[in-house]
Amino acid sequence: MTVTETDIATDFEIVIGLEVHSQLLTKSKMFCSCSTDYAYAAPNTHVCPVCMGMPGVLPVINQQAVACTIMTALALNCTIPAYSKFDRKNYPYPDLMKGYQISQYDIPLSNDGYLIIDLEGQQKRVGITRVHLEEDTARLLHHSGYSLIDINRAGTPLMEIVSEPDMRSPLEARLYMQRLREILVYLGVSSGRMEEGSLRCDANISVRPRGQQKLGVKTEIKNMNSFRSVERALAYEAQRQIELLRSGQPISQETRGWVETKGITVSQRSKEQADDYRYFPEPDLPPLVISPAWVEELRASLPELPDTRRARYMRDYGLSTQDANTLTEDKALGDYFEQVVAALPAQNRVARARAAANLTLNDVARLLKAHSTDISENLLTPAASANLLDLLDANRITGKQAKDIVEEAFISGKMPAVIVEEKGIQPPISDEGELIRIIEEVIASNSKAASDYRAGKVNALQALIGQVMKQTRGQAKAGSVRALLIKKLEETDQ
Amino acid sequence: MTELYKLSIQEAGAMLRARQISSVELTRAHLDRIRAVDDKVKAFTLVTDDLAMRQAHEADIHFANGNTVTALTGIPLAIKDVICTKGITTTCGSNMLKDFRPPFDATVMQRLNAAGAVMLGKTNMDEFAMGSSTEHSAFFTTQNPWDLERAPGGSSGGSAAAVAAGMAMGALGSDTGGSIRQPAALCNVVGLKTTYGRVSRYGLVAFASSLDQIGPFARSARDAALILQAIAGPDARDSTSSPQGVPDYGANLNGDIKGLRIGVPEEYWVDGTQPGVEKAVRADIEKLREMGAEVGEVSLPHTKYGVPVYYIIAPAEASANLARYDGVKYGYSYRDTNDMWEALEKTRQYGFGQEVKRRIMLGTYALSSGYYDAYYKQAEKVRSLITEDFTRAFEKFDVLVSPASPSVAFKLGEISDPYEMYLQDVFTIPANLAGTCGISIPGGFSHGLPVGLQLLGNFFAEDTILRVADAFERVTDYHTRWPEL
Repeated sequence: MTVTETDIATDFEIVIGLEVHSQLLTKSKMFCSCSTDYAYAAPNTHVCPVCMGMPGVLPVINQQAVACTIMTALALNCTIPAYSKFDRKNYPYPDLMKGYQISQYDIPLSNDGYLIIDLEGQQKRVGITRVHLEEDTARLLHHSGYSLIDINRAGTPLMEIVSEPDMRSPLEARLYMQRLREILVYLGVSSGRMEEGSLRCDANISVRPRGQQKLGVKTEIKNMNSFRSVERALAYEAQRQIELLRSGQPISQETRGWVETKGITVSQRSKEQADDYRYFPEPDLPPLVISPAWVEELRASLPELPDTRRARYMRDYGLSTQDANTLTEDKALGDYFEQVVAALPAQNRVARARAAANLTLNDVARLLKAHSTDISENLLTPAASANLLDLLDANRITGKQAKDIVEEAFISGKMPAVIVEEKGIQPPISDEGELIRIIEEVIASNSKAASDYRAGKVNALQALIGQVMKQTRGQAKAGSVRALLIKKLEETDQ
Repeated sequence: MTELYKLSIQEAGAMLRARQISSVELTRAHLDRIRAVDDKVKAFTLVTDDLAMRQAHEADIHFANGNTVTALTGIPLAIKDVICTKGITTTCGSNMLKDFRPPFDATVMQRLNAAGAVMLGKTNMDEFAMGSSTEHSAFFTTQNPWDLERAPGGSSGGSAAAVAAGMAMGALGSDTGGSIRQPAALCNVVGLKTTYGRVSRYGLVAFASSLDQIGPFARSARDAALILQAIAGPDARDSTSSPQGVPDYGANLNGDIKGLRIGVPEEYWVDGTQPGVEKAVRADIEKLREMGAEVGEVSLPHTKYGVPVYYIIAPAEASANLARYDGVKYGYSYRDTNDMWEALEKTRQYGFGQEVKRRIMLGTYALSSGYYDAYYKQAEKVRSLITEDFTRAFEKFDVLVSPASPSVAFKLGEISDPYEMYLQDVFTIPANLAGTCGISIPGGFSHGLPVGLQLLGNFFAEDTILRVADAFERVTDYHTRWPEL
């Protein structure tokens, strides 16, 4: 069953809050000096007695992780307390090395912030309850009859961002996730990769008859591994709850898992089975005293955030909302675009920026996708793209030639000017006399097509254009050829 | 010359540096002594003969080559089996860790190794340091060298007995609620519990993290100072270790305590205190007054809450600290099932002893939803009041004195009620809750059994209590007496 936004009844209101976990891009783990660079490493190679939870070991706080969390909290307009602490969250599971997770309970690193999402031009504010810091667990790999443990992930810094129940539709939840991801990537604190599990999302969702103040019974949804699955899972769950209420059945407070392949949520654990985590202050770590001066230092170091960038693209470069959005959502692509603009001559900046945006969004994005290349390994440097735009701007090459040159530059890494040189590409025929002579010849030797055109068969023109381009070996600009050809055909019609 | 095992660390060190004896001879004398009497005392869970002889040989090379040496170079010591020793079993007195060999050295071991000390072996203890008699060891019971039918105290009973019986010149123990001071008292040796944060806990297998501290055992205050000197100081791997600088603990051991203000807490003479203990300690206090100290009464009004507060906080922390023993990564593992949860439960059922399970349950209960505020949170509040008691007392006094234990060594098996056993630590627990330092020194005898005199000091005032202890030793001979073995 596919449930879409429009299927959901309007006599019920949906209430959604999200808990987002993000691994932090620190060099080392949360409480030891093991490297976090284990993505392609063999299992259990990035481990030490501390992250393995050996008897006798003690944690030491990673300051970079605290800084990342405070930066995120500041970008989400949170308040940073002068004092924070870590707590132990107790529960037994083989992926938890110490039998407890070091997390934060009643005095998190930040609270009371918000994030603005854009609902077709309407700005909506979603409250942020808190942003806190904890440690990730090991990874379990289940096989038939046994399971394996990879401890590499254990102790990776994990930041949790808890929203208020302010979202009113699965779409809003997706937009919130997308905006949040943008911010995390811009801050450089997260890779933002949901599919790899470095960014994870759990949702609390309830429904209530429209107009009712009291919140309905909520369920917690887990296992949503993409923006799309967040929206789909919540749409399904909202519909499921509404149908239960309509048929007079109660909703049970429980944790449910999203089954992507079936498009449904299934019950995992009821409230009665919920763990008592027995939080208490972590005695191995003294309280964190956060100096206001450090917070201000971090605030001053915040990079440009997505909303600012988006607005700047539209204001300074006159980009469309859609283009500005695309170049903002993909930070690396936006960075590329800016490097191309920076490499262009300063005059007529706006027009050139638009050309740079088109090149980035069309050619560069297409080539990256077609060749499955990550932008960080892109051989078509911003300087090369700027060079290509310069050649076009100076009428040194035609648009059609540009398509071939960009392809080759992308593969070889050569500068477009060098490719033009090596291929002996001649400048477009700008001598109108020469072009007219060729056109007259073509008309003369293709009299049937010429008379067809004159008789009203507009399609015949295309054949004539093709002939002229062939004669000029592509060195004429298609636009000029077309205009001159029409002019000549009409002249010779007399 | 007297037997080598009877030397103090200070004497032996001087002879080693003068090359009158070698560390190999000294170490061999202790290994011989272990062979001679440990069958009776059973202080050691493991004797590391080969390692000890190797380290002794290395020490002798340093002496021979005129290399820089320390007060502990070539000195044979025993280590409580709760302190991680790289590649050497660290059992914590538990079946759970019977064969556990840590892949790293505790910070104190790194420091002792760097100082050139010799490790004789690991000493017996109550399982995971939970107990006051060493009877809760999963392996065997240690006997008190002064009376083999009696307990050496605990939980560091093995270390105390080893030093008392001449099987080690000094030892390391750990003190969470009295686990160094009480066995020191019962075995007639010096036992120092340091200020919380003075000695790194890295590599000390945790019982109650906010209370645990490592400290030395020795047969004199000066020897205890020498060991403390080697192990004290900040450690980047322990965030609760103090950045405070380490003084020269030997510098002020001059025998002079004139004008020193000594407070006698009125709450430390509870009903259960044996008359013989009270008599000996009262006499000790009189002695201190004769030596020139100004002795006065002081009140620590929240003392009576010490034991109940401790038995909430320590088990609560222990319930989390011991959660890691699940049979998956190291230690005992129940394998006779395919069910994950059954394996976990049976591992803990068979791996832990009764007292450990009792405390895990106590702590789990105290932290449970609905009980947290009434127990753990309330206990933390009272803990603050106990700390304030000490802060106020140390405004008027430099040192507080009391018995270290309400009784002399009790017979093995004599105390079967857990709560009665918990009361063994009534005089030692408050200093752990406050985080201040304390020492137990030989303070006399009652019916032939040792009585411990406890000296409590302010935060980081180890030098002060060591000065009083050393001065007291100069005018008494209790610490020089040996048990008949």
